[in-house]
Amino acid sequence: MNVRGARDAPRTQQAGCVVSVVDQKAVELPPRISEASVADYFALLKPRVMSLVIFTALVGLMIAPGHVHPVLGFISILCIAVGAGASGALNMALEGDIDVLMSRTANRPIPRGRITRGEAMGFGLTLSFFSVMTLGALVNWYAGGLLAFTIFFYVVIYTMGLKRRTAQNIVIGGAAGALPPVVAWAAATGSLSMEPLLLFLIIFFWTPPHFWALALFRSDDYARAGVPMLPVVAGPDATRLQILLYTIVLVAIAAAPWPLGYFDWVYGVTSLILGAGMLVLAIQVYRHRTGSQALRATRRLFAFSILYLFALFAVLLLDVVAKALAPLIW
Amino acid sequence: MDSENKPDGDGIVLTEAQKKRRRERSIAIAWALGVLVLLFFAVTFIKGPGVLVRPM
Repeated sequence: MNVRGARDAPRTQQAGCVVSVVDQKAVELPPRISEASVADYFALLKPRVMSLVIFTALVGLMIAPGHVHPVLGFISILCIAVGAGASGALNMALEGDIDVLMSRTANRPIPRGRITRGEAMGFGLTLSFFSVMTLGALVNWYAGGLLAFTIFFYVVIYTMGLKRRTAQNIVIGGAAGALPPVVAWAAATGSLSMEPLLLFLIIFFWTPPHFWALALFRSDDYARAGVPMLPVVAGPDATRLQILLYTIVLVAIAAAPWPLGYFDWVYGVTSLILGAGMLVLAIQVYRHRTGSQALRATRRLFAFSILYLFALFAVLLLDVVAKALAPLIW
Repeated sequence: MDSENKPDGDGIVLTEAQKKRRRERSIAIAWALGVLVLLFFAVTFIKGPGVLVRPM
């Protein structure tokens, strides 16, 4: 039989001796019976984030040189996806107290009381262990080690270290989200080179404009939860300037692989067209600072940034597929 | 806590909803373990018996 409420019970000082109130307040409760569904556990994996991880990792795997056996390729992507999901579960376990305060996250399984933080922690740790060990054992330990580092970075460095302490949280923490294509490349080749690092840099510099656009129209949420996102700490105008500056750097970095000779002209032209779209929307966010125009501009940038990253990586994927199919057609 | 969960002499009695959810979770775990076994089995065919012997 569980005795809950005893562990954290306060102690009172009476006549020079410590008297515990545990004995008076302890209540015997039946054990908690979970009513969590499979869907609740699936929600812990942050499936929407996971879908982007799967896609960027797939691109990293496909553009890697040499032949990858389809089964090993599938295992690599599966392990990276599960590892990303595990990070999401651990993140939710650690952020249950602030998720309940934000409208965007209040419907997650922990704030709703469907799953306890301990259950989410156990789930996340189990998936982390199996994803890393399976990738290491079946594909290669280099990739397995990188996946373990990615999970560590997201959970310990970002969630536990940066998120509640600095406005640069998503800038530095963005490295975790940028690593999946690098892990996939390592899974395919057992090594690293410039191409996956370029993909890393694209996602890394894409993260601040994307999340700060979200933070601009969700700043009340973050302020209520005490999360020091840039609009909360530095104000919306400073955030708009930072979004514009990071977008300029992003567009330049995304286009750089073309003149440097890593990706071909199809990618280069696409990145310039999409980059122009990002720049126009970032300038609109910078210019429109009040009213419905400002809100519409930030929402547009947020939505387009997802399309931007997806399209940029899709071009790389299509390029590989086209080159593979060309000899069969001609 | 639901009053139906109160322990009696035979222990905790689960509600039908709790039984259903527990069964679904158990089946999901079984599927996950089954897939894991199949993956390891498939890779032994691809890589041969030395599947776990590899350079770091």
